[in-house]
Amino acid sequence: MKVMVLGKATERSEAGEFGSAEEFAAMDRYGQQLAEAGVVLASDGLQPSSKGKRVAFDADGNTTVIDGPFAETKELVAGFSIWEVASMDEAVEWVKRAPFRDGGVVELRKVLDAEDFSESFAAEISAAEDQLRADRADGR
Amino acid sequence: MVSATQQAIEAVWRIESARLIAGLARIVRDVGLAEDLAQDALVAALEQWPESGVPDVPGAWLMAVARRRGVDTIRRAVTLRSKVELRCRDLPEHETPMDEIEFEPHVEDDVLRLFFIACHPVLSVDARVALTLKLVAGLSTEEIARAFLVHTTTMAARITRAKKALTEANVPFEVPVGEELADRLSSVLEAVYLVFNEGYTATAGEQWARAELCQEAMRLGRMLATLAAGESETHALVALMEIQASRLRARIGSDGEIVTLDKQDRARWDRLLIMHGLAALNRAEEIGGTGSYAIQAKIAACHAGAPRAGDTDWVRIASLYGDLVGLTRSPIVELNRAVAVSMADGPAAHICSPGPAAPDQACSTGSFRCRALRPTLPLSARKRPTMPHSAHKALFW
Repeated sequence: MKVMVLGKATERSEAGEFGSAEEFAAMDRYGQQLAEAGVVLASDGLQPSSKGKRVAFDADGNTTVIDGPFAETKELVAGFSIWEVASMDEAVEWVKRAPFRDGGVVELRKVLDAEDFSESFAAEISAAEDQLRADRADGR
Repeated sequence: MVSATQQAIEAVWRIESARLIAGLARIVRDVGLAEDLAQDALVAALEQWPESGVPDVPGAWLMAVARRRGVDTIRRAVTLRSKVELRCRDLPEHETPMDEIEFEPHVEDDVLRLFFIACHPVLSVDARVALTLKLVAGLSTEEIARAFLVHTTTMAARITRAKKALTEANVPFEVPVGEELADRLSSVLEAVYLVFNEGYTATAGEQWARAELCQEAMRLGRMLATLAAGESETHALVALMEIQASRLRARIGSDGEIVTLDKQDRARWDRLLIMHGLAALNRAEEIGGTGSYAIQAKIAACHAGAPRAGDTDWVRIASLYGDLVGLTRSPIVELNRAVAVSMADGPAAHICSPGPAAPDQACSTGSFRCRALRPTLPLSARKRPTMPHSAHKALFW
């Protein structure tokens, strides 16, 4: 299964600090361990929210664009990875090995897959998709 | 009900077992004994961690316990030998006791050595696959047996025989060098790809076990691509498996039937796996990219790059199959090439010649097959040829 690993923002990450050389080296070693274990599918850091945007939708679908920075630093995301692991426990064990300090928080969220949908819902989706395929084949 | 600690132990085992067994194998010079010691440490963890909690550095805990047991085992052996020596004074002095040997930090190399020993040529291909899953992937004998649809006792016997064969052949725990490396690496890659195909092509067995085998194979492949990063075929195999696996969820229809490549809903392909696979193929090409896995990965990439089945670049695929024929001389590959050529140029094109890349020797058999195929060749790229299952699966699955 795939798990999305969300590294939550800190005051330092929001200030645009990249961390010290030692912190970088420790992250490098950690990244190497993960790579050697074959679990990483994607991984990147994000710019601070001051350079981010939000798009909000109202009831009619009208949009408003909001410029960063955004409040509630601890709820923001500073970096992410997508791991392929056997279980959420495995992902937790891997996160425990991360060289984070100073109140850093990492959130783990399973990426939805077929087994997360109920059978009836899955059948409904799959019937709709079959119809879509048939329409495409007919050139409609 | 499995307790939270037990789940944590299983996760720790999955993460640590390869490094643990590999590190121990370097010390005790016997991969079978190393695995026994690691298993003992796992049992100790199952007994103690529910009480004491999971240690902060669980890998080091397991290694310490396993080493201590290893020291005991070797001491007993040394004591036994000393007793024998009393009677046979002409035997040499015993070696340094185990606890005086320094624990070296080359853990990555250890895991690579473990791959090579699990796929050693003294073992049958079946045994290599089983040992790789047991020693490197950290699967239990029950899990491996279930995935391969055999009884646990059968699989246990296969694994025991394999470990015994390695001990008897006194196989050194090392990464091969020079000319031997290419051959040995291809055995390792073959075992990993067999695991993948067991999951990918078989239609029997529990669905989850099948998908799991594909994931195990991809994990092993990615490990190899990091541990032997200078070998282009390791990256190529990762690319091939990931691009093929990207279609897994589009490949099973609502009634559980196999949906062929040309009829799959391409929106359901796993774009992340395709991207990761294409990046791996890039790395393979940067340092070579002419091996058979690289060519197969390039063919898979051609399919992945076509938004609709009708957009498939059959000219390139036919040319890649030509390269592959030159490399493998496999009749199945020739057959696939013939199909690709017919998709590219229409059904008449391939009949006269198997193409410049095909070896002369293959011409007669090649055209024989072409004649045999003629009545069933497709008239357009939209129509899938009706051919024996084994012949077109590489092309259409």
